[in-house]
Amino acid sequence: MADNLNGWLWAALQTLLFIGGAPLLAGWIKRLKCHLQNRAAPSILQPYRDLAKLFAKDLVLAHDASWIFRVTPYVVFGAMLLAAAVVPLVAVPLPTAAIADVIVLVGFFALARFFQALAGMDIGTAFGGMGASREMTVASLAEPAMLMAIFTLTMTASTTNLSVAIQYILNAGLVLRPSFLFALLSLAMVAVAETGRIPIDNPATHLELTMLHEATVLEYSARHLALIDWAGMVKLMIYAVLISNIFLPWGIARHLTLPGLALGTVAVAAKLALLAVLLALWETVLAKMRLFRVPQFLGFAFVLSLLGILTHVILESAL
Amino acid sequence: MSPLILAYVAVAGALLSGVVALAADRFPAALRAGSFSILGIAGVTAVAAGGWALVTGTRTTAQLPFGLPWLNWHLRLDPLSGFFMAIVGIAVIAVSLYGPGYVREYERDRHAHQAASGESQPRNSLATLGLFTGIFVAGMLAVLLADDAFVFMIAWELMSVSSYLLVAYQHDNPANRHAAFLYLLLAEIGALVILLAFGVLAGFGGNFTFDAMRAAHLSPAWASLAFVLALFGFGMKAGMVPLHVWLPEAHPAAPSHISALMSGVMLKVAIYGLIRFVFDLLGHPQWSWGLTTLAIGTATAVLGVLYAVTQNDLKRLLAYSSVENIGIILMGLGLGMIFIGTGHPVLGAVALLAALYHSLNHAVFKTLLFLGAGAVLYRTHERDLDHLGGLIRRMPATAFFMLIGCFSIAALPPFNGFVSEWLTLQAALQVPALSSGVLRSIIPIAAALLALTTALAAATFVKVYGVAFLGQPRTRHVAHAREVGLGMRAGMGLLALLCVVLGVVPTLVIRLISPITRGLLHLSPAGATVRGWLWLTPVSPHVASYSAPLVVAAMAFTFLAGYLLLHRRARSARRSDPWDCGFGGLNARMQYTSTAFAQPIRRVFAPVWQIDEHVDKVQNSATRYTSMRHQLHVTDWSWSAVYLPIGRLVLAAARRVGRIQTGSIRIYLAYSFFTLLLLLWLIT
Repeated sequence: MADNLNGWLWAALQTLLFIGGAPLLAGWIKRLKCHLQNRAAPSILQPYRDLAKLFAKDLVLAHDASWIFRVTPYVVFGAMLLAAAVVPLVAVPLPTAAIADVIVLVGFFALARFFQALAGMDIGTAFGGMGASREMTVASLAEPAMLMAIFTLTMTASTTNLSVAIQYILNAGLVLRPSFLFALLSLAMVAVAETGRIPIDNPATHLELTMLHEATVLEYSARHLALIDWAGMVKLMIYAVLISNIFLPWGIARHLTLPGLALGTVAVAAKLALLAVLLALWETVLAKMRLFRVPQFLGFAFVLSLLGILTHVILESAL
Repeated sequence: MSPLILAYVAVAGALLSGVVALAADRFPAALRAGSFSILGIAGVTAVAAGGWALVTGTRTTAQLPFGLPWLNWHLRLDPLSGFFMAIVGIAVIAVSLYGPGYVREYERDRHAHQAASGESQPRNSLATLGLFTGIFVAGMLAVLLADDAFVFMIAWELMSVSSYLLVAYQHDNPANRHAAFLYLLLAEIGALVILLAFGVLAGFGGNFTFDAMRAAHLSPAWASLAFVLALFGFGMKAGMVPLHVWLPEAHPAAPSHISALMSGVMLKVAIYGLIRFVFDLLGHPQWSWGLTTLAIGTATAVLGVLYAVTQNDLKRLLAYSSVENIGIILMGLGLGMIFIGTGHPVLGAVALLAALYHSLNHAVFKTLLFLGAGAVLYRTHERDLDHLGGLIRRMPATAFFMLIGCFSIAALPPFNGFVSEWLTLQAALQVPALSSGVLRSIIPIAAALLALTTALAAATFVKVYGVAFLGQPRTRHVAHAREVGLGMRAGMGLLALLCVVLGVVPTLVIRLISPITRGLLHLSPAGATVRGWLWLTPVSPHVASYSAPLVVAAMAFTFLAGYLLLHRRARSARRSDPWDCGFGGLNARMQYTSTAFAQPIRRVFAPVWQIDEHVDKVQNSATRYTSMRHQLHVTDWSWSAVYLPIGRLVLAAARRVGRIQTGSIRIYLAYSFFTLLLLLWLIT
């Protein structure tokens, strides 16, 4: 029982680390991008300052805003909190991973997105509706690709529990699986689309007509905006952790011992920092796509994940 | 006292409610107070009878001395029929709470029409509505009780024909007459095919009782033929693509509480028929049947949701979404047949469980959504989404219940739709157990398409809710809409509550329905609840688990923390105008419409529809203004691709055959003579 309680306590601590660390990752990416684009870079702690400032401000609501608009930031943040709680960050044994497997994780993202889109339509401006429509379209194309990529993992490890799956990959040792390569590429492309990064969406855009995600949060202010922005950072971090801990799990703590945990923290920080460099490079090199190119982008991701499944069935089922 | 007696009471109650309603033309209260309360009691009894059979897992049979001289009526209530009986009962209870308020619409309408036209005969007879509602419900319940093909077909036809008359209820509208005729035509074709399917089994079994059919030994080829016939016949009724064309026409045409019963429950009765036929009467499903069902189910789900997302008529959209959900149920059944056919009955039980759970969930949330659409229609007289808007402020309770319905159908955790889709995906994920590489690569693709369906369903219901209930009202009617009465709210509230309960404690529901798999497959998915009520673990705790109660607890915790840390300490919010790019003057017409919302999806999946879109520029020479006119017609391919060619073929054949009709009596006598000669030659 004490051991059990220990595990849950650790899970709560790790979730706090997840939520608390997400702005740091966002700040790091922003800083890298600035350097790459020859701009003066803000401090890596800038996202924390932005959030603190937003939390302190007074709320402004549109006249027509209903209760859905006011509830949405909490639901979105809550869904991301739950999602963060089930993804192993520093250590593999995570009792909370049993609450929700990876399909439920996708469900949490869907819940947040549904509320976000409703909030966009709540005010009754064209921008909100436009953002909602585009966001739901992109999501509906991304979800099958994401699920296929996950399928490759779950068919190999024969579980959808993230903790168990990572354990399996660690136990299997360094096996080169072509299917995982396809799944990795596909999941990375989906992550770019789902977190609203270039080339699907531009997180820094100021032009309403080109907005996808930003258009649905246009009307938010103060603590509501802070929660939604923070949830966005957490979502980016979740995808980054998923990619690094599923496909390169080495370094993650397998038991709850102090040296293991310290090593795990350093390892995941290093992996995320590297991934951020890749993302910053990618965003600097590419330009935003037209909206109706997005289906081709995500279609490609789907084909990659399909190839992943097929290679798994053909080549690796004997393993 | 046995569950079967209770079931008789339910059927009799439904019939009685119809009889009581006969007085409704003279005393409208007979329908509102009398008929609906008896129907409600029948619903409660049906839930009790079904629940009893489920909880005890018993099977009761009886023979009644009616019917053919050599074939008594065989009746039987087992966990499978009990489960579906409870589904019917739940929907009937909700409808009988909702109905008394809703039919006032027809009362008012009647009197207004009678006064205006001066006719002595009122236009819409309330007696007809009540009578056929009663027969319809009784027919559905009787289908579930039938234990021989004769009773089954009689009950089936009662259900079909009475629902035809209900679809044709507002027959002064030609579109409704057309829809009703199409429905009757396809329902009868379907019934004939079902009869043929029973015929195959009866041919081998020796007679028409289900017991004889169960005992029959069929060669694989004959069994496959019976399966194909059953899939076609029951699929026709359930709305399987491409046999679904009647569904989006007929369901919206009926009064809303009847649409709710048709979409929410009648389709489930067809699913019951398929399960009974394939898993019980035929017995040993082959994996190739499963593959067929899975393929058709996937196509039904994806096409159904794609057709739904482009609809602007709320009730039509809901009808198409029923097609989608039937697809998801068929996918579950198909997976079940594949696993059982390849010798993995435990996994088959999981898939079957997913299909059954989704049947229950769809019955609950689709009934809720149709009742909500009816409430909107009742207050605003609008079904077109592009004329609605802002109803969350005018009809807060209806808006709240509809929101729960939308969450459930969009499969969001922790609501009920999510649980059954999660179970279906979990079943699909067990493919590594199969040895066939083809199956192992096809099933994940079907699962990915299920994910696409779910995501598109979410888009569809964001559209429905965002356009109809959020934003600003688009027409004057809508701006002045009022909340509906207590009874209608109670009907919707009951179902909304069920949506939450079925989503939060799935383990209890699964424990309730596991006697069905025990009855059909002689094993129960014991793993599903192995770690107690908190954890749903369909295969084993290691493979996957989901704990909805903990998800709800975590959500509640976030809200509490947000309230304590942020909301309570903050000053009250200031209200201001929304962002208008500095131009000012935003109005309701500038909002995104339903058509606009679906535009990106329409463009991405363009080949699925027949899209007829043009933009005309109209130049007014006097004022030199140019106005634009945008026309868009999005139609279902299946009509022109499948039905029109068949129609043309039938007409061409009729013309050929028509040549022998010369109109001369001598030639007709000659035909008779030669036919007689031929027959004599044949029998000698």
